[in-house]
Amino acid sequence: MAKIQFIDFGGTARTVEAEPGSTVMEAAIKNGVPGIEAECGGACACATCHVYIEPDWQEKVGAPSSMEEDMLDFAYDVRPNSRLSCQITVTQELDGLSVRTPEKQA
Amino acid sequence: MTETIKTDCLIIGAGPVGLFAVFELGLLDIKAHVVDILDKIGGQCAELYPEKPIYDIPGFPTVTGQGLIDNLMKQIEPFGPVFHVNEMVAEVQNLGTPTAPLFRVKTDADTVFEAKTIVIAAGGGSFQPKKPPIPEIETYERESVYYAVRKIETFRGRSVLIVGGGDSALDWTLNLVPVAKRVTLMHRRDDFRAAPHSVEQMRALVHDGAMDLRIGQATRLEGQNGRLEQVICRDNDGGEFAVACDAMLPFFGLTMKLGPIADWGLSLHENLIPVDTEKFETSVPGIFAIGDINTYPGKLKLILSGFHEGALAAQKVQRYVYPDRRVTFQYTTSSTSLQKKLGVA
Repeated sequence: MAKIQFIDFGGTARTVEAEPGSTVMEAAIKNGVPGIEAECGGACACATCHVYIEPDWQEKVGAPSSMEEDMLDFAYDVRPNSRLSCQITVTQELDGLSVRTPEKQA
Repeated sequence: MTETIKTDCLIIGAGPVGLFAVFELGLLDIKAHVVDILDKIGGQCAELYPEKPIYDIPGFPTVTGQGLIDNLMKQIEPFGPVFHVNEMVAEVQNLGTPTAPLFRVKTDADTVFEAKTIVIAAGGGSFQPKKPPIPEIETYERESVYYAVRKIETFRGRSVLIVGGGDSALDWTLNLVPVAKRVTLMHRRDDFRAAPHSVEQMRALVHDGAMDLRIGQATRLEGQNGRLEQVICRDNDGGEFAVACDAMLPFFGLTMKLGPIADWGLSLHENLIPVDTEKFETSVPGIFAIGDINTYPGKLKLILSGFHEGALAAQKVQRYVYPDRRVTFQYTTSSTSLQKKLGVA
Protein backbone atom coordinates (compact mmCIF):
# COMPACT_ATOMS: atom_id res chain seq x y z
CA MET A 1 0.00 0.00 0.00
CA ALA A 2 1.07 3.58 -0.64
CA LYS A 3 0.13 6.61 1.42
CA ILE A 4 -1.30 9.60 -0.42
CA GLN A 5 -1.93 12.98 1.13
CA PHE A 6 -4.70 15.28 -0.12
CA ILE A 7 -4.57 18.89 1.02
CA ASP A 8 -7.83 20.75 0.46
CA PHE A 9 -8.27 24.40 -0.52
CA GLY A 10 -8.61 25.40 3.13
CA GLY A 11 -5.30 23.70 3.99
CA THR A 12 -6.66 20.59 5.74
CA ALA A 13 -4.56 17.51 4.97
CA ARG A 14 -5.96 13.97 4.79
CA THR A 15 -3.81 10.91 4.24
CA VAL A 16 -5.28 7.73 2.75
CA GLU A 17 -3.95 4.30 1.82
CA ALA A 18 -3.97 3.51 -1.87
CA GLU A 19 -3.51 0.18 -3.56
CA PRO A 20 -0.77 0.03 -6.19
CA GLY A 21 -2.39 -0.33 -9.62
CA SER A 22 -5.43 1.76 -8.68
CA THR A 23 -5.57 5.49 -9.38
CA VAL A 24 -5.12 8.48 -7.11
CA MET A 25 -8.74 9.46 -7.92
CA GLU A 26 -10.02 6.05 -6.79
CA ALA A 27 -8.11 6.38 -3.50
CA ALA A 28 -9.82 9.72 -2.91
CA ILE A 29 -13.33 8.48 -3.77
CA LYS A 30 -12.97 5.23 -1.76
CA ASN A 31 -11.98 7.21 1.29
CA GLY A 32 -14.49 10.02 0.85
CA VAL A 33 -11.85 12.69 0.39
CA PRO A 34 -13.68 15.97 -0.29
CA GLY A 35 -12.71 18.10 -3.28
CA ILE A 36 -12.59 15.28 -5.83
CA GLU A 37 -15.81 14.74 -7.77
CA ALA A 38 -14.90 12.36 -10.60
CA GLU A 39 -18.24 12.85 -12.35
CA CYS A 40 -17.33 10.52 -15.22
CA GLY A 41 -15.99 7.76 -13.00
CA GLY A 42 -12.42 7.77 -14.28
CA ALA A 43 -12.84 7.84 -18.05
CA CYS A 44 -10.71 10.98 -18.46
CA ALA A 45 -13.87 12.65 -19.73
CA CYS A 46 -14.86 15.32 -17.25
CA ALA A 47 -11.89 17.04 -15.55
CA THR A 48 -13.55 16.99 -12.11
CA CYS A 49 -10.75 15.05 -10.35
CA HIS A 50 -8.26 17.85 -10.91
CA VAL A 51 -5.34 18.12 -8.44
CA TYR A 52 -2.14 20.12 -8.10
CA ILE A 53 0.95 17.98 -7.56
CA GLU A 54 3.18 19.29 -4.76
CA PRO A 55 6.49 20.55 -6.21
CA ASP A 56 8.66 17.78 -4.65
CA TRP A 57 6.57 15.16 -6.41
CA GLN A 58 6.14 16.65 -9.86
CA GLU A 59 9.09 14.84 -11.39
CA LYS A 60 8.12 11.42 -10.01
CA VAL A 61 4.48 11.78 -11.05
CA GLY A 62 5.41 13.03 -14.51
CA ALA A 63 3.58 15.07 -17.10
CA PRO A 64 0.05 14.53 -18.40
CA SER A 65 -0.56 12.66 -21.66
CA SER A 66 -1.89 14.65 -24.58
CA MET A 67 -5.41 13.28 -23.98
CA GLU A 68 -5.20 14.39 -20.36
CA GLU A 69 -3.88 17.83 -21.44
CA ASP A 70 -6.95 18.16 -23.67
CA MET A 71 -9.21 17.34 -20.73
CA LEU A 72 -7.31 19.72 -18.45
CA ASP A 73 -8.46 22.55 -20.73
CA PHE A 74 -11.85 22.08 -19.05
CA ALA A 75 -10.57 22.14 -15.49
CA TYR A 76 -10.99 25.09 -13.15
CA ASP A 77 -7.84 27.18 -12.54
CA VAL A 78 -5.25 25.08 -14.37
CA ARG A 79 -1.62 25.55 -13.32
CA PRO A 80 1.68 24.08 -14.50
CA ASN A 81 1.45 21.35 -11.81
CA SER A 82 -2.14 20.39 -12.67
CA ARG A 83 -3.01 16.74 -13.26
CA LEU A 84 -6.21 14.70 -13.41
CA SER A 85 -6.00 12.25 -10.52
CA CYS A 86 -7.80 9.51 -12.47
CA GLN A 87 -4.82 9.40 -14.80
CA ILE A 88 -2.19 8.87 -12.08
CA THR A 89 -1.63 5.19 -11.35
CA VAL A 90 -0.49 4.48 -7.82
CA THR A 91 2.87 2.69 -7.50
CA GLN A 92 5.03 1.93 -4.46
CA GLU A 93 7.28 4.69 -5.80
CA LEU A 94 4.53 7.22 -5.11
CA ASP A 95 4.28 6.26 -1.41
CA GLY A 96 4.02 9.58 0.44
CA LEU A 97 2.69 11.53 -2.57
CA SER A 98 1.13 14.86 -1.69
CA VAL A 99 -1.44 16.68 -3.87
CA ARG A 100 -3.65 19.72 -3.38
CA THR A 101 -7.26 19.96 -4.51
CA PRO A 102 -8.45 23.17 -6.20
CA GLU A 103 -11.01 25.63 -4.85
CA LYS A 104 -13.68 23.84 -6.90
CA GLN A 105 -13.86 21.24 -9.63
CA ALA A 106 -16.26 22.87 -12.06
CA MET B 1 -47.97 33.24 -29.80
CA THR B 2 -46.89 29.63 -30.20
CA GLU B 3 -49.36 26.82 -30.15
CA THR B 4 -49.57 24.62 -27.09
CA ILE B 5 -48.37 21.09 -27.79
CA LYS B 6 -50.60 18.48 -26.20
CA THR B 7 -48.96 15.20 -25.30
CA ASP B 8 -49.55 12.13 -23.16
CA CYS B 9 -46.03 12.25 -21.80
CA LEU B 10 -43.22 14.76 -21.82
CA ILE B 11 -39.79 13.27 -21.30
CA ILE B 12 -37.10 15.61 -20.02
CA GLY B 13 -33.68 14.40 -21.14
CA ALA B 14 -32.68 12.63 -24.36
CA GLY B 15 -30.03 10.39 -22.81
CA PRO B 16 -30.20 6.59 -23.04
CA VAL B 17 -32.76 6.30 -20.25
CA GLY B 18 -35.08 8.95 -21.69
CA LEU B 19 -34.83 7.30 -25.11
CA PHE B 20 -35.67 3.85 -23.80
CA ALA B 21 -38.64 5.30 -21.92
CA VAL B 22 -40.00 6.28 -25.36
CA PHE B 23 -39.90 2.59 -26.23
CA GLU B 24 -41.61 1.33 -23.10
CA LEU B 25 -44.28 4.05 -23.34
CA GLY B 26 -44.73 3.40 -27.04
CA LEU B 27 -45.58 -0.26 -26.45
CA LEU B 28 -48.42 1.01 -24.28
CA ASP B 29 -49.64 3.42 -27.02
CA ILE B 30 -48.34 6.47 -25.18
CA LYS B 31 -46.86 9.13 -27.43
CA ALA B 32 -44.02 11.22 -26.10
CA HIS B 33 -42.25 14.47 -26.75
CA VAL B 34 -38.63 14.71 -25.60
CA VAL B 35 -36.87 17.92 -24.55
CA ASP B 36 -33.10 18.26 -24.12
CA ILE B 37 -30.89 21.22 -23.36
CA LEU B 38 -28.08 19.96 -25.61
CA ASP B 39 -28.12 20.54 -29.35
CA LYS B 40 -27.99 16.80 -29.95
CA ILE B 41 -29.60 13.59 -28.78
CA GLY B 42 -27.77 11.23 -26.43
CA GLY B 43 -27.09 13.08 -23.19
CA GLN B 44 -23.84 12.23 -21.43
CA CYS B 45 -23.24 9.29 -23.80
CA ALA B 46 -23.04 11.68 -26.74
CA GLU B 47 -21.59 14.70 -24.95
CA LEU B 48 -19.04 13.21 -22.56
CA TYR B 49 -17.99 9.88 -23.97
CA PRO B 50 -19.24 9.21 -27.54
CA GLU B 51 -16.12 7.21 -28.44
CA LYS B 52 -15.62 5.42 -25.13
CA PRO B 53 -16.74 1.82 -24.74
CA ILE B 54 -19.40 0.80 -22.20
CA TYR B 55 -19.08 -2.79 -20.98
CA ASP B 56 -22.16 -3.28 -18.81
CA ILE B 57 -25.09 -3.00 -21.19
CA PRO B 58 -26.80 -6.42 -21.13
CA GLY B 59 -26.35 -8.19 -24.44
CA PHE B 60 -23.56 -5.89 -25.63
CA PRO B 61 -20.09 -7.05 -24.54
CA THR B 62 -18.93 -3.63 -25.67
CA VAL B 63 -20.65 -0.64 -27.20
CA THR B 64 -19.56 2.99 -27.46
CA GLY B 65 -21.63 5.82 -25.99
CA GLN B 66 -22.64 6.99 -29.46
CA GLY B 67 -23.19 3.40 -30.63
CA LEU B 68 -25.68 2.82 -27.82
CA ILE B 69 -27.55 6.03 -28.67
CA ASP B 70 -27.67 5.14 -32.39
CA ASN B 71 -29.12 1.73 -31.53
CA LEU B 72 -31.70 3.20 -29.16
CA MET B 73 -32.78 5.70 -31.82
CA LYS B 74 -33.32 2.82 -34.21
CA GLN B 75 -35.22 0.88 -31.57
CA ILE B 76 -37.66 3.75 -30.82
CA GLU B 77 -38.17 4.80 -34.44
CA PRO B 78 -41.56 3.02 -34.76
CA PHE B 79 -42.98 5.25 -32.02
CA GLY B 80 -42.13 8.54 -33.74
CA PRO B 81 -41.05 10.58 -30.72
CA VAL B 82 -40.80 14.34 -31.31
CA PHE B 83 -37.53 15.88 -30.14
CA HIS B 84 -37.03 19.44 -28.96
CA VAL B 85 -33.28 19.94 -28.63
CA ASN B 86 -31.47 23.06 -27.48
CA GLU B 87 -34.30 23.74 -25.06
CA MET B 88 -34.42 23.65 -21.30
CA VAL B 89 -37.63 23.10 -19.41
CA ALA B 90 -37.97 26.23 -17.34
CA GLU B 91 -41.41 26.06 -15.71
CA VAL B 92 -43.81 23.34 -14.69
CA GLN B 93 -47.30 24.25 -13.56
CA ASN B 94 -49.70 21.68 -12.14
CA LEU B 95 -53.19 22.19 -13.57
CA GLY B 96 -54.69 18.81 -12.74
CA THR B 97 -55.60 16.70 -9.76
CA PRO B 98 -53.65 13.85 -8.13
CA THR B 99 -55.81 11.28 -9.97
CA ALA B 100 -55.92 13.16 -13.28
CA PRO B 101 -52.69 15.13 -13.48
CA LEU B 102 -52.12 17.73 -16.16
CA PHE B 103 -49.05 19.89 -16.46
CA ARG B 104 -48.34 23.08 -18.33
CA VAL B 105 -44.68 23.09 -19.20
CA LYS B 106 -42.71 25.95 -20.69
CA THR B 107 -39.18 25.80 -22.08
CA ASP B 108 -36.63 28.60 -22.24
CA ALA B 109 -37.39 28.78 -25.98
CA ASP B 110 -41.05 29.48 -25.11
CA THR B 111 -42.36 26.15 -26.34
CA VAL B 112 -45.45 25.31 -24.30
CA PHE B 113 -46.65 21.77 -23.63
CA GLU B 114 -49.74 20.45 -21.98
CA ALA B 115 -48.68 17.04 -20.74
CA LYS B 116 -50.68 14.44 -18.86
CA THR B 117 -47.49 13.08 -17.35
CA ILE B 118 -43.82 14.07 -17.10
CA VAL B 119 -40.88 11.70 -16.99
CA ILE B 120 -37.70 13.37 -15.77
CA ALA B 121 -34.70 11.50 -17.19
CA ALA B 122 -32.28 14.36 -16.78
CA GLY B 123 -29.23 12.42 -15.59
CA GLY B 124 -26.86 14.71 -13.73
CA GLY B 125 -29.09 17.67 -14.51
CA SER B 126 -28.83 20.12 -17.34
CA PHE B 127 -25.54 20.75 -19.06
CA GLN B 128 -24.46 24.31 -18.48
CA PRO B 129 -21.31 26.18 -19.46
CA LYS B 130 -18.36 26.02 -17.09
CA LYS B 131 -17.24 29.41 -15.92
CA PRO B 132 -13.55 30.30 -15.71
CA PRO B 133 -12.07 31.22 -12.31
CA ILE B 134 -12.31 34.99 -12.72
CA PRO B 135 -13.55 37.14 -9.83
CA GLU B 136 -16.76 39.09 -10.48
CA ILE B 137 -17.28 37.58 -13.93
CA GLU B 138 -21.04 37.58 -13.19
CA THR B 139 -21.06 41.40 -13.23
CA TYR B 140 -20.18 41.31 -16.92
CA GLU B 141 -22.50 38.50 -18.00
CA ARG B 142 -25.32 40.78 -19.11
CA GLU B 143 -23.43 42.93 -21.56
CA SER B 144 -19.96 41.61 -22.18
CA VAL B 145 -19.36 37.97 -21.24
CA TYR B 146 -21.18 35.29 -23.25
CA TYR B 147 -20.93 31.51 -22.90
CA ALA B 148 -22.53 30.82 -26.27
CA VAL B 149 -23.17 32.67 -29.50
CA ARG B 150 -26.89 32.95 -30.02
CA LYS B 151 -26.80 35.71 -32.62
CA ILE B 152 -23.66 36.45 -34.57
CA GLU B 153 -24.82 40.07 -34.97
CA THR B 154 -24.27 40.62 -31.24
CA PHE B 155 -20.56 40.73 -32.02
CA ARG B 156 -20.55 42.93 -35.11
CA GLY B 157 -17.95 45.67 -34.81
CA ARG B 158 -16.83 44.58 -31.35
CA SER B 159 -13.42 43.58 -30.05
CA VAL B 160 -13.88 39.99 -28.99
CA LEU B 161 -11.70 37.83 -26.78
CA ILE B 162 -12.40 34.12 -27.26
CA VAL B 163 -10.94 31.80 -24.64
CA GLY B 164 -10.43 28.06 -25.06
CA GLY B 165 -8.81 25.47 -27.31
CA GLY B 166 -11.61 23.20 -28.46
CA ASP B 167 -13.95 23.19 -31.42
CA SER B 168 -16.34 25.78 -29.98
CA ALA B 169 -13.51 28.26 -29.43
CA LEU B 170 -11.94 27.66 -32.84
CA ASP B 171 -15.21 27.54 -34.81
CA TRP B 172 -16.41 30.80 -33.32
CA THR B 173 -13.02 32.40 -33.83
CA LEU B 174 -13.22 31.59 -37.53
CA ASN B 175 -16.85 32.70 -37.78
CA LEU B 176 -16.40 35.95 -35.91
CA VAL B 177 -13.22 37.19 -37.63
CA PRO B 178 -15.22 38.56 -40.62
CA VAL B 179 -17.82 40.18 -38.34
CA ALA B 180 -15.98 41.52 -35.32
CA LYS B 181 -13.72 44.55 -35.24
CA ARG B 182 -10.93 42.36 -33.93
CA VAL B 183 -10.79 38.80 -32.62
CA THR B 184 -8.22 37.58 -30.12
CA LEU B 185 -8.07 33.89 -29.34
CA MET B 186 -6.46 32.93 -26.05
CA HIS B 187 -5.65 29.45 -24.82
CA ARG B 188 -3.56 28.23 -21.90
CA ARG B 189 -1.16 26.35 -24.20
CA ASP B 190 -0.09 26.58 -27.82
CA ASP B 191 -1.73 23.29 -28.61
CA PHE B 192 -5.37 22.90 -29.60
CA ARG B 193 -7.67 19.94 -29.30
CA ALA B 194 -10.00 21.36 -31.96
CA ALA B 195 -10.20 19.83 -35.45
CA PRO B 196 -6.79 20.21 -37.13
CA HIS B 197 -8.17 22.02 -40.20
CA SER B 198 -9.76 24.70 -37.98
CA VAL B 199 -6.46 25.14 -36.18
CA GLU B 200 -4.66 25.52 -39.52
CA GLN B 201 -7.18 28.13 -40.68
CA MET B 202 -6.78 30.03 -37.42
CA ARG B 203 -2.98 29.98 -37.70
CA ALA B 204 -3.22 31.28 -41.27
CA LEU B 205 -5.42 34.18 -40.11
CA VAL B 206 -2.89 35.00 -37.39
CA HIS B 207 -0.10 34.84 -39.96
CA ASP B 208 -1.98 37.25 -42.23
CA GLY B 209 -2.57 39.65 -39.33
CA ALA B 210 -6.36 39.20 -39.47
CA MET B 211 -6.59 38.15 -35.81
CA ASP B 212 -4.45 37.66 -32.70
CA LEU B 213 -3.47 34.57 -30.76
CA ARG B 214 -2.28 34.82 -27.17
CA ILE B 215 -1.14 32.04 -24.85
CA GLY B 216 -2.25 32.54 -21.27
CA GLN B 217 -5.18 32.59 -18.86
CA ALA B 218 -7.54 35.40 -17.96
CA THR B 219 -7.21 36.46 -14.33
CA ARG B 220 -9.14 39.73 -14.00
CA LEU B 221 -11.76 41.73 -15.85
CA GLU B 222 -11.71 45.51 -16.00
CA GLY B 223 -14.54 47.75 -17.09
CA GLN B 224 -17.40 49.90 -15.88
CA ASN B 225 -21.06 49.20 -15.17
CA GLY B 226 -20.86 45.68 -16.51
CA ARG B 227 -19.16 46.82 -19.71
CA LEU B 228 -15.86 45.14 -20.32
CA GLU B 229 -12.87 47.27 -21.36
CA GLN B 230 -9.95 44.93 -20.95
CA VAL B 231 -9.01 41.50 -19.66
CA ILE B 232 -5.87 41.06 -17.59
CA CYS B 233 -4.13 37.80 -18.35
CA ARG B 234 -1.23 35.76 -17.04
CA ASP B 235 1.18 33.98 -19.33
CA ASN B 236 2.75 30.66 -18.41
CA ASP B 237 5.90 32.33 -17.04
CA GLY B 238 3.91 34.41 -14.59
CA GLY B 239 4.01 37.63 -16.65
CA GLU B 240 0.91 39.79 -17.06
CA PHE B 241 -0.59 41.23 -20.21
CA ALA B 242 -3.83 42.98 -21.08
CA VAL B 243 -6.22 42.35 -23.96
CA ALA B 244 -8.47 45.30 -24.84
CA CYS B 245 -11.93 43.98 -25.67
CA ASP B 246 -15.60 44.72 -25.11
CA ALA B 247 -16.83 41.15 -25.45
CA MET B 248 -15.51 37.91 -24.09
CA LEU B 249 -16.49 34.35 -25.00
CA PRO B 250 -15.09 31.69 -22.64
CA PHE B 251 -15.47 28.11 -23.91
CA PHE B 252 -14.56 25.74 -21.10
CA GLY B 253 -16.95 22.93 -21.82
CA LEU B 254 -20.05 21.98 -19.91
CA THR B 255 -20.91 20.90 -16.42
CA MET B 256 -24.11 19.43 -15.07
CA LYS B 257 -26.37 21.42 -12.77
CA LEU B 258 -29.78 20.50 -11.42
CA GLY B 259 -31.08 23.83 -12.70
CA PRO B 260 -34.78 24.78 -12.68
CA ILE B 261 -35.89 21.26 -11.62
CA ALA B 262 -35.31 22.51 -8.08
CA ASP B 263 -38.22 24.95 -8.51
CA TRP B 264 -40.93 22.51 -9.59
CA GLY B 265 -42.20 21.69 -6.13
CA LEU B 266 -40.72 18.18 -6.01
CA SER B 267 -39.17 16.80 -2.84
CA LEU B 268 -35.39 16.67 -3.32
CA HIS B 269 -32.61 14.92 -1.48
CA GLU B 270 -29.04 16.14 -2.09
CA ASN B 271 -29.93 17.33 -5.59
CA LEU B 272 -31.57 14.02 -6.46
CA ILE B 273 -35.27 13.24 -6.74
CA PRO B 274 -36.57 10.59 -4.34
CA VAL B 275 -38.95 8.08 -5.96
CA ASP B 276 -40.72 4.90 -4.95
CA THR B 277 -39.45 1.66 -6.47
CA GLU B 278 -42.79 0.44 -7.74
CA LYS B 279 -43.65 3.29 -10.10
CA PHE B 280 -40.62 5.60 -9.90
CA GLU B 281 -43.00 8.43 -9.23
CA THR B 282 -41.91 11.60 -7.41
CA SER B 283 -43.70 13.38 -4.58
CA VAL B 284 -45.94 14.94 -7.26
CA PRO B 285 -48.40 12.43 -8.79
CA GLY B 286 -47.89 12.28 -12.54
CA ILE B 287 -44.24 13.33 -12.44
CA PHE B 288 -41.76 10.46 -12.63
CA ALA B 289 -37.98 10.44 -12.31
CA ILE B 290 -35.80 7.72 -13.84
CA GLY B 291 -32.07 7.21 -14.35
CA ASP B 292 -29.20 9.00 -12.61
CA ILE B 293 -31.39 11.86 -11.37
CA ASN B 294 -33.48 9.76 -8.97
CA THR B 295 -32.66 8.18 -5.66
CA TYR B 296 -34.12 5.31 -3.60
CA PRO B 297 -32.69 2.73 -1.22
CA GLY B 298 -30.11 0.67 -3.10
CA LYS B 299 -29.97 3.00 -6.12
CA LEU B 300 -27.19 2.29 -8.61
CA LYS B 301 -26.38 4.87 -11.25
CA LEU B 302 -26.29 2.40 -14.09
CA ILE B 303 -27.83 2.76 -17.54
CA LEU B 304 -29.40 -0.67 -17.14
CA SER B 305 -31.12 0.41 -13.91
CA GLY B 306 -32.54 3.40 -15.76
CA PHE B 307 -33.99 1.09 -18.42
CA HIS B 308 -35.76 -0.96 -15.76
CA GLU B 309 -37.04 2.18 -14.06
CA GLY B 310 -38.46 3.44 -17.37
CA ALA B 311 -40.35 0.19 -17.94
CA LEU B 312 -42.01 0.36 -14.53
CA ALA B 313 -42.76 4.07 -14.72
CA ALA B 314 -44.45 3.49 -18.11
CA GLN B 315 -46.94 1.12 -16.46
CA LYS B 316 -48.11 3.83 -14.08
CA VAL B 317 -48.10 6.47 -16.84
CA GLN B 318 -50.53 4.15 -18.66
CA ARG B 319 -52.90 4.29 -15.67
CA TYR B 320 -53.03 8.08 -15.95
CA VAL B 321 -53.32 8.23 -19.73
CA TYR B 322 -55.78 5.34 -20.15
CA PRO B 323 -57.53 5.15 -16.76
CA ASP B 324 -60.23 2.81 -18.04
CA ARG B 325 -58.01 0.37 -19.89
CA ARG B 326 -57.88 -3.22 -18.69
CA VAL B 327 -54.17 -3.86 -18.32
CA THR B 328 -52.76 -7.07 -19.72
CA PHE B 329 -49.07 -7.68 -19.72
CA GLN B 330 -47.59 -8.76 -23.04
CA TYR B 331 -44.22 -9.80 -24.48
CA THR B 332 -42.77 -8.40 -27.71
CA THR B 333 -41.71 -11.93 -28.71
CA SER B 334 -45.25 -13.32 -28.72
CA SER B 335 -47.79 -10.50 -28.83
CA THR B 336 -49.10 -9.70 -32.32
CA SER B 337 -50.47 -6.38 -31.12
CA LEU B 338 -47.07 -5.29 -29.76
CA GLN B 339 -45.41 -6.49 -32.95
CA LYS B 340 -47.82 -4.38 -34.99
CA LYS B 341 -46.82 -1.32 -32.99
CA LEU B 342 -43.19 -2.15 -33.68
CA GLY B 343 -43.96 -2.52 -37.37
CA VAL B 344 -42.70 -6.12 -37.52
CA ALA B 345 -45.96 -8.09 -37.62
